[in-house]
Amino acid sequence: MVSPPPDSPNPGDPQRAVKLSVRDLTIRYGETTALAGASFDVLENEIFGIIGPANSGKTSLLRVLNRMDTFNAGMSWQGQVHFDGQDLRTWRNLYALRRRIGVVFPLPVGLPMSIYENVALSPRLRGIKSKAELDVIVERCLTRAALWDEVKDRLSQLGSMLSGGQQQRLTIARALSQEPELLLLDEFSIAVDPVTTMKIEDVLRGLKSEMTIVLVTNLVQQARRLADRTAFLLMGECVEVGDTEDLFTSDDRDPRTRDYVEGRFG
Amino acid sequence: MAKTQADASPDALDMAWFWDRIAQGVVFLGGISAIVFIGGIFIFVFKEGFGFIFQDMDVVEFFTSPAWRPTSDNNPTYGTLALLLGTASVTGFAVLMAVPLSLGAAIYIAEFAGPRARELWKILIELLAAIPSVVWGFIGLSIMNPLIIELFDVPVGLNILNAGVILGLMAAPIMTTIAEDALKAVPDTYREAAEAQGATRWQVIWRVILPASRNGLMAAVLLGVGRGFGETMAVLMASGHSINIPGSPFDSVRALTATIAAELGETAQGSEHYQALFTLGILLFAVTFVINLTADLVVRGIRKQS
Amino acid sequence: MSAEAPAPSGGPSMFAATARNIQNQRVMTAVKSLFLGMTLLLSTPVVVILGVLLYKGLPAISWEFLTADPINGMTAGGVFPALFGTVCIVIVALVASVPVGVAAALYLSEYASDNWFTRLINLAIINLAGVPSIVHALFGVGAFVLFFGFGTSILAASLTLAVMTLPVVIVSTRESLQAVPMAFREACWNMGATRWQTIRKVVLPNAISGILTGIILEVSRTAGETAPIMFTGAAFFLPFLPQSVYDQTMALSLHLFVVSTQVPGVPDELPYGVALVLIGMVLVMNSVSIAFRVYLRRRKKW
Repeated sequence: MVSPPPDSPNPGDPQRAVKLSVRDLTIRYGETTALAGASFDVLENEIFGIIGPANSGKTSLLRVLNRMDTFNAGMSWQGQVHFDGQDLRTWRNLYALRRRIGVVFPLPVGLPMSIYENVALSPRLRGIKSKAELDVIVERCLTRAALWDEVKDRLSQLGSMLSGGQQQRLTIARALSQEPELLLLDEFSIAVDPVTTMKIEDVLRGLKSEMTIVLVTNLVQQARRLADRTAFLLMGECVEVGDTEDLFTSDDRDPRTRDYVEGRFG
Repeated sequence: MAKTQADASPDALDMAWFWDRIAQGVVFLGGISAIVFIGGIFIFVFKEGFGFIFQDMDVVEFFTSPAWRPTSDNNPTYGTLALLLGTASVTGFAVLMAVPLSLGAAIYIAEFAGPRARELWKILIELLAAIPSVVWGFIGLSIMNPLIIELFDVPVGLNILNAGVILGLMAAPIMTTIAEDALKAVPDTYREAAEAQGATRWQVIWRVILPASRNGLMAAVLLGVGRGFGETMAVLMASGHSINIPGSPFDSVRALTATIAAELGETAQGSEHYQALFTLGILLFAVTFVINLTADLVVRGIRKQS
Repeated sequence: MSAEAPAPSGGPSMFAATARNIQNQRVMTAVKSLFLGMTLLLSTPVVVILGVLLYKGLPAISWEFLTADPINGMTAGGVFPALFGTVCIVIVALVASVPVGVAAALYLSEYASDNWFTRLINLAIINLAGVPSIVHALFGVGAFVLFFGFGTSILAASLTLAVMTLPVVIVSTRESLQAVPMAFREACWNMGATRWQTIRKVVLPNAISGILTGIILEVSRTAGETAPIMFTGAAFFLPFLPQSVYDQTMALSLHLFVVSTQVPGVPDELPYGVALVLIGMVLVMNSVSIAFRVYLRRRKKW
């Protein structure tokens, strides 16, 4: 079964908790509608893929999820989004919300401070001051982001001067330093070489057991490799949601889904 | 590891939240400071001068009479015509001299000079702008004065010519800088399109770039005029001390700004003379306000076009 | 550009210079020389002025000149009290204007949205920068000397100058803040940092250099101004150094003005010496600012 479930989490596994619940989400920029009436659930500890061609509303969706829409003057949204059961609109301290959600952008961003400080930033903002603690966190996050070996001898160098692939892993290390419950990745491999992409995909597989991951990607095969369940967005509409394999092979698929994943358009 | 942040209340307002709010308030106060001060300038200058405006001033005489004799015993008069013409003549001379030079320099720097040379010229012009106005006035007194007396065989070297040249040199840097910005703002595509049709550099400049940057150049001239209009010390020291209607560039004149500077120290606070000087201040404020507003609108006009 | 190329098969080459071309080139060269001449006309005065001041003023400069008091009714001696006064005024003006200016720039760069209110603020800044210095003096008298009751004092003079130079700090700070790429801010916000935390940790530290440049520029402007301090706190002949910010003080700029216009019997090199000290101070500050800017541009962090 592959159509969007009206109100129940996942047809496959009724026991798993719902980390993120989206109902009838419509996102507008002024007069333009970026996303119309999307509904789906993201289960805890899964990798949830979102695929679709450009301008389908994928990035806008992510911006709503961590309430970064407050930084966009012209952006507005309707519908309901619940994170861990709490309605996003009722969160008072949005900074606390964002701290629990890590984000990786398409373009790698190394902050203009040392590699060490890049990863230590979030713990410092949380109040952790002792160097010993920070050292442990920095090493752990850089290791889990598959970057430690390459930079362990030059932690004082500027993060903004690393190569693109290294900066992207640095971004992941920074996201991990938040100890997030939810990790959002928006087309992370666009500006990154294939070898680094593979490394990061391995990292993501390893992280699944500790957090929930939403992976927006324009690489259909990447979704197939990584995602447990996937949503297909097309021109602002959530066409269908379901187990990834079903989206790629099932006979019950929406024809648009079939055309997209088989490369007939994109 | 996913649950280490399950605090008692994950949505609590913490110190970071409060500091952010406080910072926002403080920064906003800083933001409105400029408005507060501009308003304050108008209010306080008006306050000290309003007695004159509403009680003693004869508006017609104020603007049309050349007789500025505030210290006369029996009949003090406050005609500003000579002062206005003094300011106008010196500023006019300065602008006439500086506009072509600034424009030429801006064109050279923007279109002809190589990158290293450009840096050098811009530094020299920036240093020109840094010279304090009292030093300029001193130069007018000690260098230009004897020079003019000798070159033109006139008895007095403190006159419109002296102050005009100095003001021109003072206003030139800002005119050159803004004009250069305006020229540089013309997209390279214009230049490339013209050169592709075989035009020489100069033809490109004359037919394409100058017309396209017209607004910015106008703004540059306006700002230069504003600078010249409001200049005090240099004009005070270099234009002479006679309050009369000028007839030639070798006449000594007195400008509005210089009048205030020269006479304020001798007035009693609250006296009619004192208030009249503040009224001159309001006049100056109003004129430069209009000039700056116009220049800003003109510049905004360019931005809308591009 | 239009040189003669050898014709491949006899006859005039397609790229040979036509008469029209040659004429255009001549016009170009003439025009270029004209504009170069104009540029020279505008930039050589700096060198000439400095030269004359050095030539005539250097004889007056000595360590004693800078550290001793004036004597004989200001016709001899040194300029120490004036130098000291200028430094005091500059410091107080900085203390007053830098926090306000940086806050204003932060507001404009980090918080303000593009609406009429922001445009009003920008307009106010431009106007504040364009107000004639004597009008600032009148404002200083009306507001600080009289209304707030500071009397003619370092405080009144410095505050007047602070208001006058506020635009310089705001504009240079705002420019250096806006030079920090938006991507850095977004990365921090997405991590849950507040606006203020982002400014504190990423934006301000990377804009400090621009802020310093603006401050140096402000110092050089403040040190050279005469009209705003003439009636608000600077005086020509004071027997003692100022003891507090409520006292009057001497100042280099005013000193130059009076010595060159109102004191009889002054030996030639004295006013030149004062002018040299003043312009020296100002040009050194400006050169430091320029050099700093050039250095920073080379030392990119991203």
